[in-house]
Amino acid sequence: MSIVDKSVKAADGQARSRYSAGVMEYRNMGYWQPDYEPKDTDIIACFRVTPQDGVDPIEASAAIAGESSTATWTVVWTDRLTACEKYRAKCYRVDPVPNAPGSYFAFIAYELDLFEPGSIANLSASIIGNVFGFKPLKALRLEDMRFPVAYVKTFQGPATGIVVERERLDKFGRPLLGATVKPKLGLSGRNYGRVVYEALKGGLDFTKDDENINSQPFMHWRERFLYCMEAVNKAQAATGEVKGTYLNITAATMEDMYERAEFAAELGSVIVMIDLVIGYTAIQSMAKWCRKHDMILHLHRAGHSTYTRQKSHGVSFRVIAKWMRLAGVDHIHAGTVVGKLEGDPNATKGYYDICREDYNPQNLEHGLFFDQHWASLNKLMPVASGGIHAGQMHQLLDLLGEDVVFQFGGGTIGHPMGIAAGATANRVALEAMIFARNSGRDILAEGPEILEDAAKTCTPLKQALDTWKDVSFNYASTDTPDFVASVTPAE
Amino acid sequence: MRITQGCFSFLPDLTDDQIRAQVQYCIDKGWAVNIEYTDDPHPRNTFWEMWDLPMFDVKDAAGVMLELNACRKAHADRTYIRLSGFDSSHGWESVRISFIVNRPKEEPGFRLVRQEGPGRQQIYTTQAYAVDRPEGQRY
Repeated sequence: MSIVDKSVKAADGQARSRYSAGVMEYRNMGYWQPDYEPKDTDIIACFRVTPQDGVDPIEASAAIAGESSTATWTVVWTDRLTACEKYRAKCYRVDPVPNAPGSYFAFIAYELDLFEPGSIANLSASIIGNVFGFKPLKALRLEDMRFPVAYVKTFQGPATGIVVERERLDKFGRPLLGATVKPKLGLSGRNYGRVVYEALKGGLDFTKDDENINSQPFMHWRERFLYCMEAVNKAQAATGEVKGTYLNITAATMEDMYERAEFAAELGSVIVMIDLVIGYTAIQSMAKWCRKHDMILHLHRAGHSTYTRQKSHGVSFRVIAKWMRLAGVDHIHAGTVVGKLEGDPNATKGYYDICREDYNPQNLEHGLFFDQHWASLNKLMPVASGGIHAGQMHQLLDLLGEDVVFQFGGGTIGHPMGIAAGATANRVALEAMIFARNSGRDILAEGPEILEDAAKTCTPLKQALDTWKDVSFNYASTDTPDFVASVTPAE
Repeated sequence: MRITQGCFSFLPDLTDDQIRAQVQYCIDKGWAVNIEYTDDPHPRNTFWEMWDLPMFDVKDAAGVMLELNACRKAHADRTYIRLSGFDSSHGWESVRISFIVNRPKEEPGFRLVRQEGPGRQQIYTTQAYAVDRPEGQRY
């Protein structure tokens, strides 16, 4: 008998009682409740469900509710030792996905008591713990979640937050500028520090280790930290401005990570960085450490595309962004729209709103399925990185706003006149664009002209514009919201 | 050298018309414009001297420009002057924009002092050359 083809009749043809031994459809076990009104205190999840051929979408959705809460494949009498009706997740709505036959949005409400306070590990183990491999489903994607204020309040949230980060850096009114050191592998500590110094002196606020710069034979971590801090301090004295470099403290064990973080703090770094692959618990630990040590925490979303990119299966990046705001990072890479990496404009706007707003109203066009209150949790600075350059400044500012880090790696280090010139080009382009916007000019329409004018008194900007003027990455997005005038079907 | 604090330090020095346009932008956003000056431009010197209180109730950039000119008259040759826009709305309650509108004629910059620490560690101190002299006589 197939697990989804479970008879509700007993052998003698009589309707079975709820707790008689054997298997029973999930929808009949209390996991499908179309009349249920979600409570303000429930956690709600929206899944994109693609059942196997012939599987009823409601039964498939009820199975997801069951398997992500109290159910197992068969009836167990021990349910009756608990307030099981309260603990059962309730699928209360199943809608077909627009323009995607065979896929459904399932809305499931979870009682707050199912979750440990302040633990992303517990939350994710519950919601995505085992249902994603469930045989009756072809594919499953966690699209969005709504967290009640009571639950939000159990998290620390971003260690520093946008406002305090800006106050500490004394940088207001414009996006921050960064660059990832390139080549990302192979530089010695001394050569690496040279890149950091040139970029910061030239006008950037930050430089950044790449996700896989940890402690390799060509550059052990202490060498990198020492030379980077020499570069930061020298650039700070050369410009009179606070500078920083994201020292990547990602390592094999928590003990190693704490050791690296402590050395970064000892050397006076304003910021450290971690990779998403260290795991949710390690991220929360580092967020607490950073709050305690007055440190900004940068998160590189290394690995996320393995599960966020395809629309049919995985976890949407908007869910990851919500989890990371709760977990407590200060920076998160959230897409550029115009650069080299995946990023539909509408979906990206949704991610940025999750990071920066205190309240997100439902906005289906931006992929936000629910109203979300953040209860004054600190704001999280999105980072735009990957294949962007000075010539796109007007588009970047228009799309992504002011509270964001623009990271021009190749667009700084690849400048024909050198790294400092590349940094200056980006800074001048940015300041000119902010200045023009504040003065009332339509930057989207007049952007190229504003940049040309600024380049008249800035040769590095002129060279940057000439070098990269026609570079763009126009490919169809694989991950787009479903509720727009022109809908992209799942691949 | 040229200190690059603030929003527009990489652009040519702003004209009064340009300053006025930025001030009007702040006022239109509902922010209070504040004038501050200092002769100690250390990057960690947060609290510059206030030229009177932030202008919570001034609704016309011309009013701010009058105050700026008065501040310049009193301090211009010897100090940095910056304008900032303060947003008191919930969830921000801080500065939204800040930019330098006046610099001393000469900017000698900063010396970086290194002290040998344990291991290969250096302990760094940044000092403005100008602060070797007493306040008010620095530029």
